[in-house]
Amino acid sequence: MKQFGGKVLFLDRADINTDEIIPAKYLTEISKEALKPHMLEALKLEGFDQRARSVGEAGVIITRDNFGCGSSREHAVWVFEVNNIHVVIASGFARIFRQNMFNCGMLAIELSAKEIDMLFAHNGHNAKVSVDFEKDTLTVSSDRGAETIAYQITDFDKELVKAGGWVEFADTKY
Amino acid sequence: MGMTLTEKIFSAHLRDEPFPGTKVLGLDVVLCHEITTPIAINDLVKRGKDRVFDPAKIKAVIDHVTPAKDSQTAEQGKILRNWARRHNIKDFFDIGRNGICHALFPEKGFIRPGYTVIMGDSHTCTHGAFGAFAAGVGTTDLEVGILKGVCAFRDPATIRINIIGKVPDGVYAKDIILKIIKTLTVKGATDSVMEFHGDVVRNMTMESRMTLCNMAIEAGGTTGICMPDEVTVDYLWEYVSSDFRDRDEAFQQYRTWWSDENCTYSTVRNVDVTALEPQVTYGYKPDEVKNISEIAGLPVDQIYIGSCTNGRLEDLRIAAAYLKGKTISPAVRGIVSPATPRVFQDANREGIIQIFMDSGFCVTNPTCGACLGMSTGVLAPDEVCASTTNRNFPGRMGKGGMVHLMSPAVAAVTALEGKIADPRNYKRKEI
Repeated sequence: MKQFGGKVLFLDRADINTDEIIPAKYLTEISKEALKPHMLEALKLEGFDQRARSVGEAGVIITRDNFGCGSSREHAVWVFEVNNIHVVIASGFARIFRQNMFNCGMLAIELSAKEIDMLFAHNGHNAKVSVDFEKDTLTVSSDRGAETIAYQITDFDKELVKAGGWVEFADTKY
Repeated sequence: MGMTLTEKIFSAHLRDEPFPGTKVLGLDVVLCHEITTPIAINDLVKRGKDRVFDPAKIKAVIDHVTPAKDSQTAEQGKILRNWARRHNIKDFFDIGRNGICHALFPEKGFIRPGYTVIMGDSHTCTHGAFGAFAAGVGTTDLEVGILKGVCAFRDPATIRINIIGKVPDGVYAKDIILKIIKTLTVKGATDSVMEFHGDVVRNMTMESRMTLCNMAIEAGGTTGICMPDEVTVDYLWEYVSSDFRDRDEAFQQYRTWWSDENCTYSTVRNVDVTALEPQVTYGYKPDEVKNISEIAGLPVDQIYIGSCTNGRLEDLRIAAAYLKGKTISPAVRGIVSPATPRVFQDANREGIIQIFMDSGFCVTNPTCGACLGMSTGVLAPDEVCASTTNRNFPGRMGKGGMVHLMSPAVAAVTALEGKIADPRNYKRKEI
C-alpha cells in the first residue's frame, strides 16, 4: 500500500480539468516518470506558480468541486503519483479521475463543501495532512491547530487501495 | 418495477458484485487508440500478462497523431501496431484506413444496441447514441478490460432529458447539447447517465445523435444514451442484415432495450428548442455558453471543423452549404478534418472537399490532432479558435490559446466573416 499524507498544496478553484493537470502534448510520453516536471503546467489559477517549492514538496492536494473533469487520461493521476502526491481531497470528483486514483491504489477523498472550507482555513499556515486509512479519518494540522475529519470511501475502492490497484485485484479475482 | 436502458444492460452483463453498489460487467467491445493504450500494453508485458481476453472484441486505431509527427508518436503507433499483430487483432486501423475512433468504430458497425463498451478516451460516451452503455475509462481500467474483458462501475443514476419543440433554422444537435450543458453545468451529470428522449431526438440522424451523446461527458455524465430505433437499424443494416429477417425484426429486438415506462429517473428535464439560438462557448469551461446574438462579432484567428463531435459527413455538408461559392476572410485560416476515410471519400464524391478548398480551407487527413492541441492545427499563445470540437479548456488547442465551441454552421460563417457570425443571416446553398 502507498504512503498517504504530507504537506498540503491548496488549489482554490472548482472544475480543474485534466488538461490543466497534464496537457495533452505530454501524452506522447510512454513512461510515467517523464511526466514529473509538467504537473499542473496549464493550471489557470491566479498566483499559482507550478515551479514553486510548495508544489514540489506537497504530498496532498486539497481542492474544490469537480476535480479532474474532462479527459480520461490517467496521466493526470500518474503525474501526481510520480510527484509523491497520493491523496487528493475535494468536495467532488469527476468519475473517471476518481476511479483512476483508486485504480492506481491512491486516495480520492470526497468531503462536504463545508468541511473543505474548514480545511482551506489552514491554507497559508504550513498545513499537513495525515491519513488513518484503517479508521477512515484524516487529520489536518497547521500553525492554527489540528482537526480530525472522518471520510467515507466505498468498500470496493478501499479494497483497490489495499490491493495496490485494480490490475492486481482483477487478476486475482477474474 | 421498470428498468432504465442502463439498468437492463447492467443486468444482462453482470459478472460480479464484489461489494454492494459495485458492478463488474462483462464487455462486448474494448476500443483502443495509440495515446492511452501503449502504457497499458507495456504494463501487461512487464507483468508477464501480455494477453488479450478476446481478439475479436478488441478494436484498435491510430488516430490522435497520424501520420506520426515525431519519434515519440511514431513509437506509440509502433507499440499498438505490433501488439495488434501479435494478438491477431484483425480490426486494427492503421494509416490509410484510420479515422477518429468515435466516428470510425460506429461506421464499421462495431457498436450495437445493448452493448457494453469501454475505451481509454472520455468521449466514448458518443457510442451511447446506439443504445449502448459506452463509457470512457482510464488506462488501468482499459488494461483490465484488455486482459479480462471486464470493467467495474458504480450503479449510475439516470437523468432523462426530453428534447422537444421545433428545431429552428440554423440550429443543430451541437447547439442543443451546448444548451443542455449550460443548464446542467460541467458537473450536473456526474455519476449519471444522460438519456435523451423526445421528438427532436427521434427525428435526428445517427450523426446528430452521436454529436449529442459525445458531449455528455462535458456535463460530467458517465455516458449519453438514445433509444435504438428505426434510424439505428438503418444505420447498422449493412452489418446486421444477416442477423434478422427484416428491419422490423431488428427494431423489435432493439426496442427491448428501451427504458421501461415505469423506470426510475433521478431527474427529468424538458428542453424546448423552439426558441433556441445557435450556441457558442465564451470561457474556458463547456458550460460557459452564450446565445450567438450575445457573442457575434468577436474576432478569431483559426477555424477548425472536425473531431469526434462534428467531423462526420453531415457536419461537412452543413458547413459546405454555407461556404459554397465564397471565400473565407483573409483574417483567418481554416482547417477541416474529415473524421474518417469514408467521410473523406463521400465528401469528395459530393464535391464538398472542392467547396472547402475553393473557399480557402486546408483539408487534413482524418485525425484528432488539433482538438487536443497535439498536431495539425495547434494554436499559438493568445490565439483564438472557432471550433466544432468539444472542449474549451485553458490551453486545450495549444498553450495560451483560447477556444470557442460551436456548430459547423457557426464555424463556417465565422470563417467567412473572420469573427463569430450567425448562420441565420446566411442562405445555405445546394451542394
